[in-house]
Amino acid sequence: MQNHILNYLYRTAARLPDKTAYADDACALTFGEVLRRTRSIGSFLHGAGVYKQPVAVFMRKSPMEITAFLGVIAGGDFYVPLDEEMPDSRIQLILENVRTPILLCDAATAEKARGFDLKGARVVLYDDIIATPADDAALDAIHRAAIDTDPIYIVFTSGSTGIPKGVAACHRSVMDYIEQLSEVLAFGEDTVFGNQAPLYFDACLKDVYSTLKFGATTWLIPQRLFSFPIALVEYLNAHKVNTICWVVSALTMVSALGTFKTVKPQYLRTVAFGSEVFPIKQFRLWREAVPGAAFTNLYGPTEGTGMCCYYRADHDFADDDVIPIGRPFANREVLLLKPDGTLAENGEEGEICIRGTAVTLGYYNDPERTAQAFVQNPLNTAYPELIYRTGDIGRRNAAGELIFVSRRDHQIKHMGHRIELGEIEANVNMVEDVSMAACVYDKARQKIVLYYVGALDERALTTALKAKLPRYMLPNRCVRMERLPLTANGKIDRVTLKNMAEAK
Amino acid sequence: MEELLHILNELHPDIDFTTQEHLIDDMILDSFDIVTLIAEIGDTFDVTITADKIVPENFNSAKALYALIQEMEDEA
Repeated sequence: MQNHILNYLYRTAARLPDKTAYADDACALTFGEVLRRTRSIGSFLHGAGVYKQPVAVFMRKSPMEITAFLGVIAGGDFYVPLDEEMPDSRIQLILENVRTPILLCDAATAEKARGFDLKGARVVLYDDIIATPADDAALDAIHRAAIDTDPIYIVFTSGSTGIPKGVAACHRSVMDYIEQLSEVLAFGEDTVFGNQAPLYFDACLKDVYSTLKFGATTWLIPQRLFSFPIALVEYLNAHKVNTICWVVSALTMVSALGTFKTVKPQYLRTVAFGSEVFPIKQFRLWREAVPGAAFTNLYGPTEGTGMCCYYRADHDFADDDVIPIGRPFANREVLLLKPDGTLAENGEEGEICIRGTAVTLGYYNDPERTAQAFVQNPLNTAYPELIYRTGDIGRRNAAGELIFVSRRDHQIKHMGHRIELGEIEANVNMVEDVSMAACVYDKARQKIVLYYVGALDERALTTALKAKLPRYMLPNRCVRMERLPLTANGKIDRVTLKNMAEAK
Repeated sequence: MEELLHILNELHPDIDFTTQEHLIDDMILDSFDIVTLIAEIGDTFDVTITADKIVPENFNSAKALYALIQEMEDEA
């Protein structure tokens, strides 16, 4: 039985040492080279005495960054991806949470890294350690000592208090995910992935680890191409990309702008999408443009290790239909729990809760918030069994397929990103001269609208927020007000604000 | 031009669009901005920017973008 994620790499590198594993416009690494770098980085960490610790990787998205992740695992540690796209204050909060001994950087990020309060962490340059001679005996001992419930990464997700939450996942959860996902999406050695997902989210697990398992190839698509649809499709064709697992907003950007009138993807056979609702009109344009491809809707929270449910969208839908989220992958169960802790039945709504190996280890260094979301299965009083409560409300249709209904709280999905409106508000309230703030989401126009009271004008506020919030969390519109509407019991009246936003 | 600058300023109130000439190269406009811009320009100027016109050269400055809008208006 497999108990270590790097076994994928060891087996594939022995079989296909000269095949390209990961590539972008600047560089391509073969499986043999990925293995060599992985073992060098692992040996460096061993030599530095870093074992069973979080290691932050702060690099530009590249094939090299992936080898840094794998090298951290080879050293018996777990990686914490940081990215230039993250605002400084968020990176600082992450560093304070994880207390990493080492910040692994490249030439492009090292200077910025040294500007943080590193809490004792040492900045190490990737290029300086990839020639470290492999310490085979040490690496083999680390590998043998590993247990499949040891963490391999921590990725951070939005938290409503303004402090992001670090989701830690182990070997076993990731391997289980890759096994089940690849069976449903029929990945194989001839799969050529076109990666869109940032490497600092669990969304990239699909491309990164399936490539290792099967000896496939992943092209990391330059981010700017996602603004220029014809060049993007030409890129897919030039690299014979046959498999894409993208957020819906990336897919709709291509179809909605009329790209298929000029150019169509020629090699695509697998299109997986998720993280938000695919508008039927856009889904139809894709099916017409790529009639030979299989389309699959995916659903799942980071806390359930990547995706949890799938639905094969193999037929047309009515304009006002919603594509179901379908069924859980094998080896995990979705419980629809009503507020009283019993199961929802016959089309009743309930909270989507996940049971099984896919449930991650919890929020790193955060027992309180972990205990709120990772709870004892209320249907099991006989032995300890944690389930993850997603906060998503769902129901089953007549065919037994899961349908996403709504959120229990103020979490939204915007451009494929999971965002707590509370986190935006918390950061706005930290800006000097702002006395009150509330965010609403105008779903039809896909805009985050911020209403605030304060001495700053919109321009100054936006400038201040850019230092605090990731790009995708910045309000799309800021509206300064004399005062915010309040409900009878004195709370901010979000319903009125939402109506205002939608009426504009 | 005024109307276009208004649309751009709604997206990024902190940017001076009259002087910026590297909106794409400096990663000021991202994918979401481009999609929003095309929709708003369509509403305001009653022109459709086709996919073949969505190239970096046409979006690097407000001036270039305005020239594109005029070109589309002339063709219409």
